[in-house]
Amino acid sequence: MKLGIWLAWGELGAHPWRVIAALAAIAIGVALGLAVQLINASAAREFSQAVRATTGQADLEVRGPRGGFDDAVLERIAADPAVAVASPLVEVDALVIAADEPRILKLIGIDLFRAGRVTPELLGMPQDEDGLSLLADDALFLSPAAQSWLGVRPGQSLVLQAGLESVVLRVAGSLPGARPGQRLATLDLGAAQWRLARLGKLTRIAIRLQAGSDIQAVRTRLAAVLPDGVFVAVPEDADVRASNLSRAYRVNLNVLALVALFTGAFLVFSTQMLSVVRRRGEFALLRTLGWPARQLLRQIVVEGAAIGCLGSLLGAVLGIFVARFAIQLFGGDLGGGYFAGVAPTLILDPLTIAGFVALGTAAAAAGSLAPALEIARAAPAQALKGGAETGLPAHVARFWPGLALLAVGAVLTRLPPVDGLPVAGYLAIVCWLIGGISLMPGLAAKVFALLAKAFSAQASRRPLLFLSLQRLAAAPGQAGIALAGVVASFALMVAMGIMVGSFRDSVDRWLGKVLAAPLYFRVPAGGNSAFVPPAELAAIAAQPGLERAEWMRIQQFDLDPQRPAVTLMARNLNKRDPGERIPLTGAALAPAAIPEDSLPVWVSEAMVDLYGWSTGTQQQLPLGGRAVTVTVAGVWRDFARQHGTVTIDLDDYRQLTGHEGDVGITDGALWPQAGVSPAELAAAIQRAVPGTQRLEFAEPGEIRAASLRIFDRSFAVTYLLELVAIAIGLAGIGASFSAQALARAREFGMLRHLGTTRRELMRLLAFEAGGLTLFGIVAGGTLGLAIALVLIRVVNPQSFHWNMDLAVPWGLLGSVTALLVAAGVGTALLATRQATGTGPLRAVREDW
Amino acid sequence: MLEVSRLTKAHPGGNPLFADLSFRLAAGEYVAIMGESGVGKSTLLNLIAGLEAPDSGTVTVAGQRISGLPDEAASRLRRERLGFIFQAFHILPHLTLLQNVSIPLLLLRRDEPQRAAAMLAAVGLGARLHALPRELSGGELQRVAIARALVHRPALLLADEPTGNLDPVTAQGVLDLLRAEIRANGTTAILVTHSRHAAESADRVLVLSQAGLLPSAP
Repeated sequence: MKLGIWLAWGELGAHPWRVIAALAAIAIGVALGLAVQLINASAAREFSQAVRATTGQADLEVRGPRGGFDDAVLERIAADPAVAVASPLVEVDALVIAADEPRILKLIGIDLFRAGRVTPELLGMPQDEDGLSLLADDALFLSPAAQSWLGVRPGQSLVLQAGLESVVLRVAGSLPGARPGQRLATLDLGAAQWRLARLGKLTRIAIRLQAGSDIQAVRTRLAAVLPDGVFVAVPEDADVRASNLSRAYRVNLNVLALVALFTGAFLVFSTQMLSVVRRRGEFALLRTLGWPARQLLRQIVVEGAAIGCLGSLLGAVLGIFVARFAIQLFGGDLGGGYFAGVAPTLILDPLTIAGFVALGTAAAAAGSLAPALEIARAAPAQALKGGAETGLPAHVARFWPGLALLAVGAVLTRLPPVDGLPVAGYLAIVCWLIGGISLMPGLAAKVFALLAKAFSAQASRRPLLFLSLQRLAAAPGQAGIALAGVVASFALMVAMGIMVGSFRDSVDRWLGKVLAAPLYFRVPAGGNSAFVPPAELAAIAAQPGLERAEWMRIQQFDLDPQRPAVTLMARNLNKRDPGERIPLTGAALAPAAIPEDSLPVWVSEAMVDLYGWSTGTQQQLPLGGRAVTVTVAGVWRDFARQHGTVTIDLDDYRQLTGHEGDVGITDGALWPQAGVSPAELAAAIQRAVPGTQRLEFAEPGEIRAASLRIFDRSFAVTYLLELVAIAIGLAGIGASFSAQALARAREFGMLRHLGTTRRELMRLLAFEAGGLTLFGIVAGGTLGLAIALVLIRVVNPQSFHWNMDLAVPWGLLGSVTALLVAAGVGTALLATRQATGTGPLRAVREDW
Repeated sequence: MLEVSRLTKAHPGGNPLFADLSFRLAAGEYVAIMGESGVGKSTLLNLIAGLEAPDSGTVTVAGQRISGLPDEAASRLRRERLGFIFQAFHILPHLTLLQNVSIPLLLLRRDEPQRAAAMLAAVGLGARLHALPRELSGGELQRVAIARALVHRPALLLADEPTGNLDPVTAQGVLDLLRAEIRANGTTAILVTHSRHAAESADRVLVLSQAGLLPSAP
């Protein structure tokens, strides 16, 4: 024990910077992973609890489309003998016209007398203790978080937008039952229906059952009396739904954060491996003096684990700080846009923190295991005689383990998702990374041997190049170690770069396809209280200078209570050529192929993956309280909505829903007549049609630029994590080369004695570092391309249900490659200069 | 061939190693230098090779002053005119014997594998040109080092304890070979050693002490 501590302490004292670099890599990996996990968990928990707070003590819940269902359903529910209380609710994401910019506030209309028995958290507390204000048609109760967010206090008023009209409501009091940070408002049910254009509609019914009722039996009974598209759910479904909403995003972000830890483990591996090579004599001596191989193995693994544990503890502290900072700066979804309406407070779950510390320690210990096994296997007598320069044994250059892992990875790419997550896809990436890296020593030996052979004729003209190539060809183990960090980090960077580049390119082309009109308008995004009423639509359509107009209506409905809502998009479409407006991914059915008793719909890729709505199938679509038979006429790519979109022709929708189809238009596409510019047309409409000043008019170029800006912002965290992985990779190069330089000090000393100048020696190292880094980059790039294909073809479709076309950002990759080669050579030279600072004299001496 | 004039060198702490040391070696002369540990034998070799700078005095090799030369020029002079043999051989493990012996020629931009092969044959390893160092014994490795030290026909050979790691029989073989090769190549040589027996293989023996470099008592 004492000897072990002495040895570890001696190693730390001799090479503190190398140990610190490995420790820092683990710390950064743990910090990023933990920060992302803490933020995600806090945000998801807060969101889920906020959702649960609105369901209160309900045993069951009836839910329907966001646009609402007929309030006559309430009578049917209340009539069931097992139902003790049925509390009707209208939930609207209302557009608040605030001083600076429009904001979306969740507004819940409640039946005061019934809500008190099911969802008491939603009851307002009147400021003036006038209980009647709870029933007033202009009274609103705001949660404390919403009050401070909107900058209004009880006694003041709030302006909402319903349709294109302004609705002024009085803040009559607070909502003491709301969760801290929850932005919420409640008002009387009738007031909500009237004021927010939801007359005769409910969106939810919270139900308390008589004591001793069989919940499942009641659920089945109630479901039978409900119209199509309206469900009975248990409150737990809300949790699952809230979790499903962002689960793929959170998992992907977590995996990305763990990449930093993965590259950190490689750094520990290369540090320990080279430390072991350098200390081979020391260990051989210990073996000779009576240390068993097992103890030696334990010593090295414990040294690595100690680095990992210390790094992980530092990382945990750093991660908590990063999480606090990031949650304030980017919000709980880190730019993903999933958790509107909640301002999460960071929850420090001790189990999660301990888990990440254990993960970091285990990663570092695992990184030390291979070197430990290596030295434990070495024959002590040979190691004592051979010194450090002999490097690693030839078995590290074996091909079959790497090839086997690549093959396993290839099989994994063919497997379906597990519980909606691309588990096999991620495992395939891990297999390919480890397999690819383990092929490096052998591959490097082969390639550099070929190059050395090719250059042997020029040995006298380029002796240093010849010596470099000979060295690289003959020491595959060390080359492989130096390469591991570069290959791992560059492969992941290339993979992410290609994936994000392909995604961006696909989104850009998709926007070009979907933005066919010269001018668009829409109600401010986010809520569902604003829309363009029929009269205003007619006035817009009659506007002089307008040649043609198309409308779109967006509504959300549920097909599965545990999944996030599906979007129903009713829009003007040419049924013979729907591809004019929506980017189809394959052939669409011709109108003649649609059965007469059914209507055509075109669905997004998510509908195929999640609900099996593939082209040609007949499905039941809940519309206006009844199930309508539709035929899937085609599949289109929808990068705007991840949980599924069903597109129907607006005329068909109107026919099916009657009056309902005429209201709720939220978007319009306008074609000006020749000679009229889009800007002129927008200005003319805003002048002529009252209320349209509240609409957002934009030309395709502006929408495209804004969309891509949002895209880039949501990938900002990705870019940051990539940069960290690259920095760790570069630190790996530095650590590898400095360790090698130390191990090769005698070689360099001898060459200096033979007349090699310091500059020539540096050139020799630059050849080696440049050659190795370039090889690593070519190998890492190839591996990265393969991993990118897994991300594009497996991980993304299985996580987010959208496909994209491969687009390699050559310019970006080229410049990063050049930068990385330069950085690799620079780092290697710097590390070598420091490592060989003792000079050639000491290096060759034996009798000091 | 070698002229050392009034050479003074002290430890980094300031304790003098030697002061005002002067001697000359004629072309083809083979001298052994003995002395106690820490007296500065190896430092003297480093000063002669231009690998360390003297505190004062000069070293001239083949008519060219090496002391005080910048690194580039000193390296070039070493490359062209000097050969080295080390106690620990310092044979590169990843190169074949032929490649190892070719290093000095390659550094001089001379592609003469036949010369390297001839040198290996001269030291008795002509049949193992393409063997790797790990296949050789200590004595054989030092033979390779001798071949490497002389392959480019240096004017001056500096050998620092070349038999320090070898058993007496092997050491004698290496010393005989070294002497024969020095003679055959007409090289001036300095052998630094602790071993009286090894020193006796040289033409004359000098002893380095704080009093200076003096002829050894017979």
